[in-house]
Amino acid sequence: MAEFKNKLFEQMVKDFAETEVKPLAQEIDEQERFPMETVQKMAKLGMFGIIVPTQYGGAGGNYPMYINAVEELSKHCATTGVVLSAHTSLCVAPILEYGTEEQKAKYLPKLSSGEKIGAFALTEPNAGTDAGNQQTVAVECDDHYVLNGSKIFITNAGYASVYIVIAVTGKLPKGVEMTAFIVDSEMPGFSVGKKEKKMGIRGSSTCELVFENVVVPKANVLGKRGDGFKIAMKTLDGGRIGIAAQALGIAEGALDATIQYVKSRKQFGKPLSAFQNTQFVLADLATKIAAAKGLVGVATNAKQNKLPTLSVNAAQAKLFAAETAMEVTTKCVQLHGGYGYTREYPVERMMRDAKITEIYEGTSEVQRMVISGALLRK
Amino acid sequence: MKIIVCIKQVPNTTEIKIDPVTNTLKRDGVPSIINPDDKAALEVALQLKENCGAHVDVVTMGPQQAEVALREALAMGADNAYLLTDRAFAGSDTLATSTIIASAIKKLGADVVLCGRQAIDGDTAQVGPQIAEHLDIPQVTYASQVDYVDGALVVKRQFEDRYQTLRVATPCLVTVLSSAYKPRYMNVADIVAQDQKQVEAITFNDVVVNPEDIGLKGSPTKVKSTATKQFDKQIATYELGAEEAAKLIVDTLKQKHLI
Repeated sequence: MAEFKNKLFEQMVKDFAETEVKPLAQEIDEQERFPMETVQKMAKLGMFGIIVPTQYGGAGGNYPMYINAVEELSKHCATTGVVLSAHTSLCVAPILEYGTEEQKAKYLPKLSSGEKIGAFALTEPNAGTDAGNQQTVAVECDDHYVLNGSKIFITNAGYASVYIVIAVTGKLPKGVEMTAFIVDSEMPGFSVGKKEKKMGIRGSSTCELVFENVVVPKANVLGKRGDGFKIAMKTLDGGRIGIAAQALGIAEGALDATIQYVKSRKQFGKPLSAFQNTQFVLADLATKIAAAKGLVGVATNAKQNKLPTLSVNAAQAKLFAAETAMEVTTKCVQLHGGYGYTREYPVERMMRDAKITEIYEGTSEVQRMVISGALLRK
Repeated sequence: MKIIVCIKQVPNTTEIKIDPVTNTLKRDGVPSIINPDDKAALEVALQLKENCGAHVDVVTMGPQQAEVALREALAMGADNAYLLTDRAFAGSDTLATSTIIASAIKKLGADVVLCGRQAIDGDTAQVGPQIAEHLDIPQVTYASQVDYVDGALVVKRQFEDRYQTLRVATPCLVTVLSSAYKPRYMNVADIVAQDQKQVEAITFNDVVVNPEDIGLKGSPTKVKSTATKQFDKQIATYELGAEEAAKLIVDTLKQKHLI
C-alpha cells in the first residue's frame, strides 16, 4: 500500500511555515526574541516528537519528516528551524538511542509534547572544535555525580529544561574520560549565564550554562560512563543533517524571494529577470541548491536506515549545504542591489543567518576533517 | 452523533493556468487541494466531535487521485474515509453527483451531513442542497457558525447584509462558508496514523442508484463552451489640478457604483 505520510507532512509543514512562521521572521530577528508563540503552535501539532515512537508519546514518524520540517521552517525563518533541530537531533535523538527504558519513559513524553524543550551542551570556552579539551567535571559520589564547570554557545538555553551535558569523569592514558548526563534545569546549582548577541539566527537563544555543584543522579547518566565523547560525536552526526536542512531551507528561501524580486524590479526599462546575468546566476544557484538537497536526502536516508556511511554523508551534506547557503544568500543580496542590503528585504537576514551553518555543530573545516579522515583511513 | 462531511478535490486556483487554445483549465501539474468551503465543513465536524462527541466520516467522489484529499481529512482527525469511484460515475454533473453521494450517505447513515457552500472550480453551490433533497432532510445553507445544543443544531446563516440564526433537528444537511472557520493543520501523529487506515472504495455495485440517473446519461447539464473573463484596461490620462483631479476620481467611482 502506498504511504501518504511524508507527502501529507510536507504539505502541512509548508502550509504552517508560510502561514505561521513567515509573518514573524523579521520581527523576531529585529527584537532578538525567542518565537515562543510559534513553538507552542508547533508543539500542539506534535512537531517536537516527530521521530519519537508513539509508546513514548511521540508521533511515530520518521527522520525524513523531521528533516523536511527543519527545511521548510528555515525557508522562512532559520531561527525557528534551529529550535526544532537542536531539540530533536541533540536531545531527543540521543535519549532515544542511548537512554534506558526509565530515561525514555521519564523524558520523551514531555519532550515530544513540547512541554519541555531540549538542548545539548558540549562546547566550552576552551573546547570548541577541540571538543576533547573539556573542563567541566563530574565527580562520582555515592549514587550521584557532582557537576562543576560551564558551557557556552548553547542553543535553546534558558527555554530548554532538559540538557544533554558532556563532562569529564576521569583521566585516560591519552586525554580524558567523558560521560554524557541528562541534566534538568530545575536541578539546584544549574543556571543560565550570559546571552550571546549574534549576527544571525537572532531569535534563537544562545547562552552560557553554569554548573555549581549540581547533583546529578546516576540514573541520569546517558549511555555508559566513559561513552560521553562517542555519544557526542554520534549525536552531532545526526545534528549535522538538521543543520544541513536548515542551510538548504535558507538557500531555498533566499532564491524564492530573489526570483520574485527580479521579476518585479525594473532597470533600463526591463525587469532584472530579463538580463542574462540574472538568469545565469539564478540557474547556478538553483543547481547548487538541487545538489545540496540531494546530499541532504542521502544523509537523511543513512540516518533513517542506520547506514555505516552516516558520518561522512552527514558531513558532506552539512559542508555543501552550508557553503551553498552562504553563496546563494550572498548572491541573492547582490541581485537585490542596494535594497538587498536593507532590512526591508528578507535576503539581508538570510545572509546573516546562513553564516552560522558554516560554523555550528562542526565548522566546515571539521566536516572536511571528517570526510578526509574517512577517505584516508581506507 | 454521526457526521458525514462531503469534500471535493479541486485544483488550487491560486496557481491555476488556462490553456489559451482550448480555454479550459490546465490540470496537469496544478496541485490539488481540498475545496476551501469543504475543509471548513470538516473543521465544523471536528469541532462538534471535540465539543460533544461525534463520529466523523468523510466522503468524496472522484478518481483514485482523490484519495489524497481523504487522507488529508483523516490526518486532520476524521475517523473514516470513503471514495466513491466507478467508471459509471464519470461525466456526472451536479445532479448526477448528488444522486450518487446521497445514495452513499443513505448506505452509511448520518445524523448530520456537512458540505462546503460551493467548490472553487465549478462555483455552482448545487451539490449540497441537491443531496438534502434526495435524502429528504432539512437543509441550512451558508452557515458561518454551527453548534449542537440540546439535541439539535443551532446554525448561524450569513447573508450579505444580515445574519439568521435557526434551530434545526437532525437529520439535516448544512453547507458551510470557508470564511467562518479556519481549518486546523494536520496533526503529525494523525498524519502517521492515517497510513494504517483504509480508504474504503464505494462503487456502483455498492449503492442503490438507477444507472439512467448517473454519469453522462443522468446529467441534464450540457457545457456548450467555457470562456475566461477578459478585463479591458482603459487608461485615460488627465492633467488637472489637485481639486479637479479629486472630483474626477470621486465622480468616476460613483459612476461605476464603487462608492
